[in-house]
Amino acid sequence: MKSLLAQHALLSATSEQRRVLEDPGSALPFFSDKMARSGSPELRSSEPEVLQLNLGRMCNQTCVHCHVDAGPDRKERMSREVMEDCLRSLDAHPVGTVDLTGGAPEMHPEFRWFVERLSERGCHIIVRCNLTIILANKKYHDLPEFYRKHRVEVVSSLPFYTADRTDRQRGKGVFEHSIEALKMLNAAGYGLPDSDLELNLVYNPAGAFLPGSQDELEKQFKKSLMADHGIHFHKLFAITNLPISRFLEFLVRTERYAEYMERLVNAFNPAAVAGLMCRNMISVSHDGSIYDCDFNQMLDLPLSAGMPRHIRDLAQANVAGRVIVTGRHCYGCTAGAGSSCGGSVT
Amino acid sequence: MAKKYYDPADLGKFGDIAEFQKPLADKFFAWYGEVFKEGALTAREKSLIALAVAHGVQCPYCIDAYSTDALEKGCSEAQMMEAVHVAAAIRGGATLVHGTQMMNHVKDLTGA
Repeated sequence: MKSLLAQHALLSATSEQRRVLEDPGSALPFFSDKMARSGSPELRSSEPEVLQLNLGRMCNQTCVHCHVDAGPDRKERMSREVMEDCLRSLDAHPVGTVDLTGGAPEMHPEFRWFVERLSERGCHIIVRCNLTIILANKKYHDLPEFYRKHRVEVVSSLPFYTADRTDRQRGKGVFEHSIEALKMLNAAGYGLPDSDLELNLVYNPAGAFLPGSQDELEKQFKKSLMADHGIHFHKLFAITNLPISRFLEFLVRTERYAEYMERLVNAFNPAAVAGLMCRNMISVSHDGSIYDCDFNQMLDLPLSAGMPRHIRDLAQANVAGRVIVTGRHCYGCTAGAGSSCGGSVT
Repeated sequence: MAKKYYDPADLGKFGDIAEFQKPLADKFFAWYGEVFKEGALTAREKSLIALAVAHGVQCPYCIDAYSTDALEKGCSEAQMMEAVHVAAAIRGGATLVHGTQMMNHVKDLTGA
């Protein structure tokens, strides 16, 4: 499967995605109006605690619902110069957690150099590892050991505890390779009950439905992965699919967009607002542009007016208390128990 | 006048039954909500029971609603289909067990 960009699909353009989402003729309420009616006129940030860096769009997988439109045909990647800008920003204004994502961040040729530099600075490092990359090439087989050396928290997507549903979403053979990679991570000490080498899984629904109770899903994943494959992991993060990029294209193409958005709007939970990840995060794209969150990055919605645009200018600015840029896609993070890169937020 | 039965959009209008009889609808929806809460059975177990019953009563609205609900509760495709087989087995068994009544009647009539 090719990325939307390689297919020259209309919805590969962020402007077209924003046009669909913010259609003034839609019966869906604007997110800002919904917030105002719930008594929260503006969504404001706190001090950044997480710097999430997108190292590039290249990935060894082409998942059907990827909000990054990542895949082997995407060549964008963070330059060494931008990586150094990120390090300088962290030196000037330390942020506790650095969260590396992509694409498959490990495919970046300077991934290991960058992790070592972050590790020297004592950052808590998260790598969003798609698991199959560990088996994709011999040069990646030692990743579990590399992660262990730098005490990296590994957060890995596994859409379901069965092969058929996982492979439908992520490609044929992905489940089997993911299981193999999880066993390698367990063998390195990751995810074991008393281990501080954190291995957390991410569940997102394999279609146009919402995630159920995170606790219940975690119990089912733990039971099945242990019984069927002898695999340990720590936590399961349940994440809602946001109507962006390939998932938006899927919704529009299958005429499920209105139905799915209505479900999100009807499930709007004001209690989820306080824990939204955009409130304590800065998201950095491969070219160094900065955003309130990964989803705003994918929709090309920069920080609000007067705020810096590039990571090199972040440390000199006061971004705490800024108004967060929102849109109808934000209903994805406020539905039900709420959703973030760390799972439910309530 | 409606041109077809079972419009999927009608599922979203379920709550509108209150328009013609509010007190009873309010009681029904309150009870319905209580029934599906975690109790002696988990919400997930209840979802699979509902999915099986939906097939047993052959309600297309309920099949859509509880297929989605079972997915959201983390049920696998195999679990969902086994639930449908349970409903089918009860329906099939309910037909077949009446065969004993047929047999009794035949034996009475023929003096067998």
